[in-house]
Amino acid sequence: MPIGVVIFPGTNCDQDTFHVLKEVLEQDVRYVWHAETDLQDLNAVVLPGGFAHGDYLRAGAIARFSPVMDAVRQMAEAGKPVLGICNGFQVLLEAGLLPGAMRRNEGQRFVCQFVHVRVENGDSPFLRACLRGQVLRMPVAHGEGNYYADPETLAGLNASGRILLRYCTPDGTVDPVANPNGSVENIAGICSAAGNVMGLMPHPERCSEMILGSTDGRLLFESVVRSLTERRPL
Amino acid sequence: MPTAKIRITLKPTVLDAQGAVVARALQSLGFEEVQGVRMGKYIEVELEEGGDTQARVDEMCRQLLANPVIEDYRIELE
Repeated sequence: MPIGVVIFPGTNCDQDTFHVLKEVLEQDVRYVWHAETDLQDLNAVVLPGGFAHGDYLRAGAIARFSPVMDAVRQMAEAGKPVLGICNGFQVLLEAGLLPGAMRRNEGQRFVCQFVHVRVENGDSPFLRACLRGQVLRMPVAHGEGNYYADPETLAGLNASGRILLRYCTPDGTVDPVANPNGSVENIAGICSAAGNVMGLMPHPERCSEMILGSTDGRLLFESVVRSLTERRPL
Repeated sequence: MPTAKIRITLKPTVLDAQGAVVARALQSLGFEEVQGVRMGKYIEVELEEGGDTQARVDEMCRQLLANPVIEDYRIELE
């Protein structure tokens, strides 16, 4: 069964994501247009980065009503991996598939740079190729990546191991100086209560080949593929 | 034709970084009386006559125009 890569009008990281899944990880993959309503043929789905529907109103606010989102929700409920990268993360937040919201970056500037993130939960199906505490080097590129959740939600996320990635210094220290956008508690990635929906601001598809300066992003895709194969015998 | 005038701002508990930057800029220009700035969005929605306009616009805000996780909204009907 293929992995789907969703294209909303304005998505722009679909080809990079498709390339990594197809050429680097040699997976069966297909594009999914945002007007599709049946994704039952898919094993997993990725909502890539970009500016879905122009990011008008708020990033992800219009995209969450795209026809494909009902089918994405069904996949999430069925326990299939749903991964939102950057704009895809924003869409998952607006759709309520992940808790919290994105605000404009604290510095009011679009940030486009390599950052370091620390793996907080190596048991996640999205990070099982990593060790807890491992530092990954990945690029970010966003204007609205300043993650917010109210204190109660944050406490719940912390208590249940749902904060998967935090911005950190190269040696793995979670410090405000390593926070590119003002995200609460340096949060760079979270997952759903069931663990099969993940959103992250860094772009793993832009660092899955050595020619691009880092292969750390590949660990994330490899984790998804591994969790799919390990699930098959069940 | 009735018009709904909607003001959307970040909740008081959510740091408005943009507003804070503008407040600092005003203060540095000599407007020492500035105590704080809250930035937001202003939206006008033109509507047909009739129906429960207030309730409908409220629903528009909750479903799409505002994000209730971080934003408050005020509706004024004219």
